[in-house]
Amino acid sequence: MSLHLSYRAEPENPWFSWQYVRDNSDTILAALREHASLTARAVLIATVVALPLAVAAYWFRSLAGPILALTGVLYTIPSLALFAFLAPYLGIGVITVLSVVVLYALLVIVRNAVAGLTQVPPEVREAAEGMGYGRWGRLFRIELPLALPGILTGLRLATVSTVALVTVGVVVGRGGLGQLIFAGFQNNFYKAQIMTGTVLCVLLALVLDLVLAGVGRLLTPWLRGRAG
Amino acid sequence: MNAIEQAVRWLNDPLNWTNPGGILDRLGEHLSMSAAAVLLGCLVAWPIGLWLGHSGRGGGAVLLISNVTLAIPTLALLTILPLTFLGFGRPSVVVALAVFAVPPLLANAYTGVRQADPEARDAARGMGLSGGQLLRRVELPLAVPYLAAGFRTAAVQVVATAALASFVNGGGLGQIIRAGFGLDIAAGGGQIIAGGVLVAGLAVLVELLLALVERVVTPRPLRRARTGADRRAAAAVAGGD
Repeated sequence: MSLHLSYRAEPENPWFSWQYVRDNSDTILAALREHASLTARAVLIATVVALPLAVAAYWFRSLAGPILALTGVLYTIPSLALFAFLAPYLGIGVITVLSVVVLYALLVIVRNAVAGLTQVPPEVREAAEGMGYGRWGRLFRIELPLALPGILTGLRLATVSTVALVTVGVVVGRGGLGQLIFAGFQNNFYKAQIMTGTVLCVLLALVLDLVLAGVGRLLTPWLRGRAG
Repeated sequence: MNAIEQAVRWLNDPLNWTNPGGILDRLGEHLSMSAAAVLLGCLVAWPIGLWLGHSGRGGGAVLLISNVTLAIPTLALLTILPLTFLGFGRPSVVVALAVFAVPPLLANAYTGVRQADPEARDAARGMGLSGGQLLRRVELPLAVPYLAAGFRTAAVQVVATAALASFVNGGGLGQIIRAGFGLDIAAGGGQIIAGGVLVAGLAVLVELLLALVERVVTPRPLRRARTGADRRAAAAVAGGD
């Protein structure tokens, strides 16, 4: 009898496998698509809600404290707890994931937009006033354009963290690429699947960040010389 | 019966607190793995951050590290690390959490040393202090408020993120929420909300407690300089999980 009878080659479990990617391209693409669409929708909704809030905080100083304090407290609340609060009411599904990631993206965008708006030099504001701009004219033609770098920083941060946060959606079964990662872990720790999900997640964040950075460059041509 | 009543009832059941795997057990796990992760993060990030700040190099690297970690999903690290040499169990969870503690610790240590008044630095050099003495006796004390702020940010983030350890059965209060989701929503709703209250409550409590500590360790003359809007702006620009 051989001494090596009990020895069995470990089943292969590589960190990356083209075989896996080829065989499961449909699933992978569906997860990627869901992830990207959740992120895009979340950031869009968050922006639409956040900008008026930021302007309100900027115009009415008495609102600035409460708005920033509220965003601060919300930021402290762990994402899983937020899922726990919303899921029993919104159900198991995409609405819950969307609500949670919108809330977090909202905070980041509001804070950065307020920071951007308050950085508008008072001389510029006074000059605009002297030229006869009203409150709204000043906002749209002077203050928002000057706050654009801050707003875009917020958008980029919000987008990147949203991509990462969507994965927590596995708790309600809608985690996009997180679904892939989690399923890989549960199916006998299938490394290739976990790694594919992770790499795509990071790549998605990187690509969206670069796209937003490009948009930012196009929107703020006056900064180009300075930034170098 | 609505979910909130169920949650109150669940929290009021003493067995849910004292059972094996009950709230007290989970709280202990949550706190011990968070503490280990923050400690590990400090041991790695502070020396590097202080040294980079002292030598004035590596600002770009500090920024890069915080941006990259922002893009890595917690779930990915929690599932990948157990499959490496770290193996299943506590060490891999602690390391995964520590990775997310490093950026705020590192960035604040770096900024803390960098913002030290150049005149104080020059004066110290003039008094004949060596590089190491300068760091230890001048820059480090001036950086303490920043170190404290970074510690608070990191600790709160780790306590929040530790809830996700439940995805890989790593223990902690998140486990209560996960168990609730394991039941169907009508039966588990109360437990899910109760778990959420515990996790969120712990995070807010740690935040408040460390805010107090931060205030105490910040020397009085430095307190006024970094209040309210200033810190918020810094936090917003730094982002987070």
